[in-house]
Amino acid sequence: MRRVLPPLTGLAMLAALVLVFLVVPTEADMGIVQRIFYFHVSSAWVAFLGFFLVAGASAVYLWNGAPTADRLAYAGAEVGVLFCTLVLVTGPIWARPIWGVWWTWDPRLTMTVVLWAIYSSYLMLRAFGGGDAAIARYAAVLGIVGVLDIPLIVVSVRLLRGIHPAVITRTQGGTGLADPWMRAGLLVSALALILLAAWLVDLRVRGAQLEDEVAALRREMDARRGEVA
Amino acid sequence: MIGPPIRAERLARGFGGVRVLTGVDLTVAAGEVVVLLGPNGAGKTTLLRILALLLAPTGGRLVLFGTDATRAPAALRRRIGYAGHEISCYPDLSGAENLAFYAQLFGVAEPAARIARLLAWAGLDGAGRRPVRTYSRGMSQRLALARALLHEPDLLLLDEPFSGLDPDAVERLQQQLLELRAAGHSIVLATHDVDRAAPVASRIAILHRGRIAWAGDGRADDAAVIVAAYRTIVAERA
Amino acid sequence: MRDALAILAKDLRIEWRTREGISSVFVLGVLLVVVLTMAHDPSPETAPTLAPGVLWAAFVLTGMLGVQRGFLLERENDCLAGLLGAPVDPAAIYAGKLAANVVLLAVMQAVVVPLVGLFLHVDLAARLPALLLVCLLGNVGFASLATLFGALAARVRAREVMLPLLLLPLLVPLLIGAVQATRAVLVGGLAGASGGLGVLVAFDVIFGVAGWLLFAYVVRD
Repeated sequence: MRRVLPPLTGLAMLAALVLVFLVVPTEADMGIVQRIFYFHVSSAWVAFLGFFLVAGASAVYLWNGAPTADRLAYAGAEVGVLFCTLVLVTGPIWARPIWGVWWTWDPRLTMTVVLWAIYSSYLMLRAFGGGDAAIARYAAVLGIVGVLDIPLIVVSVRLLRGIHPAVITRTQGGTGLADPWMRAGLLVSALALILLAAWLVDLRVRGAQLEDEVAALRREMDARRGEVA
Repeated sequence: MIGPPIRAERLARGFGGVRVLTGVDLTVAAGEVVVLLGPNGAGKTTLLRILALLLAPTGGRLVLFGTDATRAPAALRRRIGYAGHEISCYPDLSGAENLAFYAQLFGVAEPAARIARLLAWAGLDGAGRRPVRTYSRGMSQRLALARALLHEPDLLLLDEPFSGLDPDAVERLQQQLLELRAAGHSIVLATHDVDRAAPVASRIAILHRGRIAWAGDGRADDAAVIVAAYRTIVAERA
Repeated sequence: MRDALAILAKDLRIEWRTREGISSVFVLGVLLVVVLTMAHDPSPETAPTLAPGVLWAAFVLTGMLGVQRGFLLERENDCLAGLLGAPVDPAAIYAGKLAANVVLLAVMQAVVVPLVGLFLHVDLAARLPALLLVCLLGNVGFASLATLFGALAARVRAREVMLPLLLLPLLVPLLIGAVQATRAVLVGGLAGASGGLGVLVAFDVIFGVAGWLLFAYVVRD
């Protein structure tokens, strides 16, 4: 699995690029800029996957205290925040020519920026909360509370006024993805980003594991040196 | 729940990668006063907090009164009294109010009579209604001891009880500890102050490099030997 | 339950004796209402529309200070060790601290809400029962989450920064729900406020239960 992830990600990425830039027809109303949609929406899906990974791994960590679960939660938050940032960057690029503004307090935009803030604060807690092992437990609590907040955010932001298109579901005046190539473009882009995210999570988990091993070796060295002296 | 108050096997605890305790073996029998010696930073407080069920060990096994400490903490807590570095009393409440609060939490029967008796025993009957903030160091220390004894625990854990006390207060505390020992309480007393603790000890143990380094038989009549060994260890570190 | 009441009574007695929490929260609450109103520079016509936002922004920012103080109380003299050493369920400690926070925040609301009405020309008396309901729901929801994270933040480095950093984004649904419900109540009554009230009730239930279950993990070592 570990071996095949990088080449698989590369292939999927290439296929996504070919589909999005060469095959998929240009959307009639919005023009060429709409092609950013394929990465914008896929990134949002991946960000959500990352945040749910945080919650799931956090619950497992509180349950059995397994270091791997903790590392998985941390990596999930890092990757989730990364892709959430991509959503927040690609969104305004798309919004500016279409809506005429970079940002609007539309429900979905509000939700994305709030989620970004919650999981950024998770990373801040882990980075600056101190080196104690208890931080992993506190972070797990935050990871679980964060995912419980998501449905509340979804419901509450609907109380705000909105203009964001619901492209896929055809509700709220969306056009839907009429062309089958458009659907294929979206699915392949999503697959490519999911593979990329899985690869990144794997790298971060292994990195964290190596860090812990190095720290343990260093402590052992210090202890032996102490005994000799 | 019968069995020796403490049976600890290979207890270990680390903090963020720093291993404070590496494998502590310690057995305390009923009615014993074990003095736990160690220089500052040896891990005495960590060990006491583990014994008081405030801190989970990262390795090893802890059996209190014949019961696995991970299994029945609530019932075990009723049999343990812990007085830590700090007094765990609210400075804006009076001594009597603090004791009344903890009496509620421990479910002490007839709390008023018990509190009055304890305040008198601690020599605080005159100060029971004053906020703890106004207490001297010695008074605070005696209140902390009274708080730990409130629910008549079988096992008493004391962390540096002599610190900041003047010689009179030290003598008084030693007297009280001997009384408790005579009444059948088991006591673990952690300190770096060997001279003040030795007179009340029935056994002495030394915590060094995360282990009980020299427990031996540790009888108090060997105190001179143990004290010498302890001084050597401290000198080695310095 | 009995333990939770004992902890509540203890906290209220300390608060009554020192009045430290309530006085600092009171002064900050008044200040924030003044500052937030001035920052908007409202005309007599726009003033009432600002009221819900000013009210809840001031509440959330002030409340964080109040809740943080409640845990400094337990840190002084390491009283937390006394609580955790007693045969008390951590969930009962949570319930007691939560109740104490709700009482403190309710007293603060009793000052801040009329003040907002006064400064921003809103007739509160006419809508009082509905408004009280919204205030109570917002208060309990805020306190459920703030009690959990107040305990957590009290034990990490950089705690003064950590509490708002962790708490504010999580509070967004509560803030939206409370502002929308308050606005609806001030305009019409409870009928138009169902969306906001729904969010508040769900928030209270979800994080009340989550705090109850998760509190042990943030206080136990």
